[in-house]
Amino acid sequence: MKMTITEKILAKSAGKTFVEPGQNIWLNVDVLMTHDVCGPPTIEIWKREFGEAAKIWDKNKLVIFPDHYIFTKNPQANRNVSLLREFANEYGIENYYDVGTDRYKGVCHLALAEEGYNLPGTVLFGTDSHTCTSGAFGMFSTGVGNTDAAFILGTGKIWEKVPESMKFIFEGELPPYLMAKDLILRILGDITTDGATYRALEFDGEGVFSLPMTERMTLTNMAIEAGGMNGIIAADVITEAYVKERTDKEYEIFHSDADAKYHSIRKYKTPELEPVVAKPHSPDNVSTVRSVAGTKLTKCYIGSCTGGKLSDFQAAAKILFGNQVKTSTFIVPASTEVQRALDEETISGISLKDIFEKAGCIIAESSCAACLGGPMDTIGRAQDNEVVISTTNRNFPGRMGSRKSEVYLASPLTVAASAIKGVITDPREFL
Amino acid sequence: MEKIVNGKAFVLGNNIDTDQIIPAEHLVYSLSDPEESKMYGKYALSSVPMEKSGLPNGGIKYIAADKFETEFSIIIGGANFGCGSSREHAPFALQKAGTKVVVAESYARIFFRNAVDGGFVIPYESVEKLNDKIKTGDEIKIDLEKNVLENLTMNEEYKLKPLGDILPILEAGNLFEYARQTDMIA
Repeated sequence: MKMTITEKILAKSAGKTFVEPGQNIWLNVDVLMTHDVCGPPTIEIWKREFGEAAKIWDKNKLVIFPDHYIFTKNPQANRNVSLLREFANEYGIENYYDVGTDRYKGVCHLALAEEGYNLPGTVLFGTDSHTCTSGAFGMFSTGVGNTDAAFILGTGKIWEKVPESMKFIFEGELPPYLMAKDLILRILGDITTDGATYRALEFDGEGVFSLPMTERMTLTNMAIEAGGMNGIIAADVITEAYVKERTDKEYEIFHSDADAKYHSIRKYKTPELEPVVAKPHSPDNVSTVRSVAGTKLTKCYIGSCTGGKLSDFQAAAKILFGNQVKTSTFIVPASTEVQRALDEETISGISLKDIFEKAGCIIAESSCAACLGGPMDTIGRAQDNEVVISTTNRNFPGRMGSRKSEVYLASPLTVAASAIKGVITDPREFL
Repeated sequence: MEKIVNGKAFVLGNNIDTDQIIPAEHLVYSLSDPEESKMYGKYALSSVPMEKSGLPNGGIKYIAADKFETEFSIIIGGANFGCGSSREHAPFALQKAGTKVVVAESYARIFFRNAVDGGFVIPYESVEKLNDKIKTGDEIKIDLEKNVLENLTMNEEYKLKPLGDILPILEAGNLFEYARQTDMIA
C-alpha cells in the first residue's frame, strides 16, 4: 500500500483505495467548524451562491463556536455574534455554543476536542488556520477561507491537493523542563515558516506518545506556522481514552505504512533539547531561552489554543506556586472547561486559581483574547512598545495588538519563570 | 479574466503574513456592505512595518492617507506571501484596495486558495526572485497568456510560472462559478 496516515485518511474520504502527493481530489467532509470572525461572511457567501433555497448539506456536521471577539464593546464584533445566533436559530443548528449561556465553550480548537468532535480517521475543515490542531487525534484537519467553507456548507465537499508528508521523530521522553511548545518551536527554527508549505507534518516517537492529548495538540496546532496543510499524530490508547470519555461516535484508527514515502524525516533526541523562545517577529526566529535570558519584559501572557489548556496551566502553576510575579501576567483559559478546572485542580491542596491569584496574575474569561490583538478593549492586548512573552502561536508584527510591540513565544514553564523575574528566564532555575 | 494587466508595482519582503495584510482589529467590518467593506481597502497592508513598506527604500504607504484605494495595483512579494491566519479578509482587502495581481516567489496554502477560490486577486508565482529587481512605482505589464512580466520602467522582462490547475477557476470567476460550469452544483 505504501501510504502515510494522512494519505490513508484522505483516500478514505475521497472514496479511493490509493492516493499520492500532488493529486487533486474531492473530499467528503465529516465536520465543518466556524466561528464569529469567519462564520458570518461564510454564511453570506453560502446564501449568495446557493440562493433562497440554500440548504446545509448536513446540519449535524456543522459546529459553530463564537470565540474570537467575545468580551468587547465593539459593535461590529457583537453584531457578528448576533448574526451567528440568528443563523443557528433560523436553521436549527444544534451544535451552536452561544455566548452568555452555559453552553459557551471558548476557543474552538480546544472545544472541538472537549465536545467530542475530534474522531480518529475523520476529515475536519474549519475557517481558522489553527484547525490543524485536531490532527492530534489521528485525523485530517485543516483551515480554509470563507469561500471554501461556504462551498462545504452547501455541498459537504471540497478539493484538496494530497500533501507530501514530513516526519518528525522525538526519541526519548521529555525532561521536566521541556514542553511540547519547545519541540514545535525547535522544528520551526529548523525548517522555517515556509519549511512545510502544502505538506503534512507527522509527529512520532516516544517523546510524542508519552504526552497527554492537550500537549500533543500544541504540536499539531503550530503545524500551520511552518506553512503545513495539516499536523498529525496517530491515535493510541491515550487518544482513545480521551475520545471515549466524550463521545460514543464511531472512529477508525490509521497508521502510516512502514514503507510509506516521506518528503523528509527528522530525528531529535528529546532529552538533549533545551527550552527555547521564538524572538520577534517570527515564529521561526528561534533561540535558546538561555541566549536571551535577562531581556526585560512588560507583560506575560498564558492563554490561547496553543498555550491555554489545562496542562499549560498545571505547568505554569508548578512554577508560580508560592511566588510573586514582577510583570503584569495574564491567565486566559482557552475554554470554560479549563476555566472550571482551575478551581478544581490543586497543587498541595491549593487550587490553580488561588495559586495564580496569590502570585498576582490577572485571570480573564475564556476566549481567543489578545492572542490576535483583537478590538482595542481586548484584555491583555499589547500596547505601544511593550515587550511580551507569550504561550501563543504567532509573533508577527502587530499580532498581539500594537505594531510597535515585541512578542517572544515560549512554553508556559518559561513564561511563568519569566513572570516571576520580570525578565526572560530559563525555567530550570525554578525546577 | 483580463489578458493584460497594467499597473504600478508595490514591492514587499518575505513572509508578508495576514496580520500585516489586514490587522485582526479590522476583521469586524461587513464584507458585503458596500460602504463598510471599503474599510478593508483603507487598511490593506497597514501593519507592514513602515521601513519595509514599498521597497527598496520603504516609507511608502500602500493606501495614501484619507484614501480607500491604492495607486499600486501590482504587488511584488518575496517568499511565503500570505502566511498566518485563514482570514479570507486578506485577499479580499487587497481586492478592495485595488490590487489586481500579486507576484511572489511562493504562497502560504490558505491565502493562495482564498485568492483563487474567492476570485479576489491573481496569485502568480515568479520563476526567480523579483523583489530585489523591481522598485516600488515601476510601471509593470503582465501578460496572462504568455505568463510574462514586463518592467516598462526598466525595460526588463521576467517569466512567471503558468497558473496551471487553478486557471479554470480564475477564468470562471470563483469556485462556485467553476462548479456551476462543470455541473458540480446547480
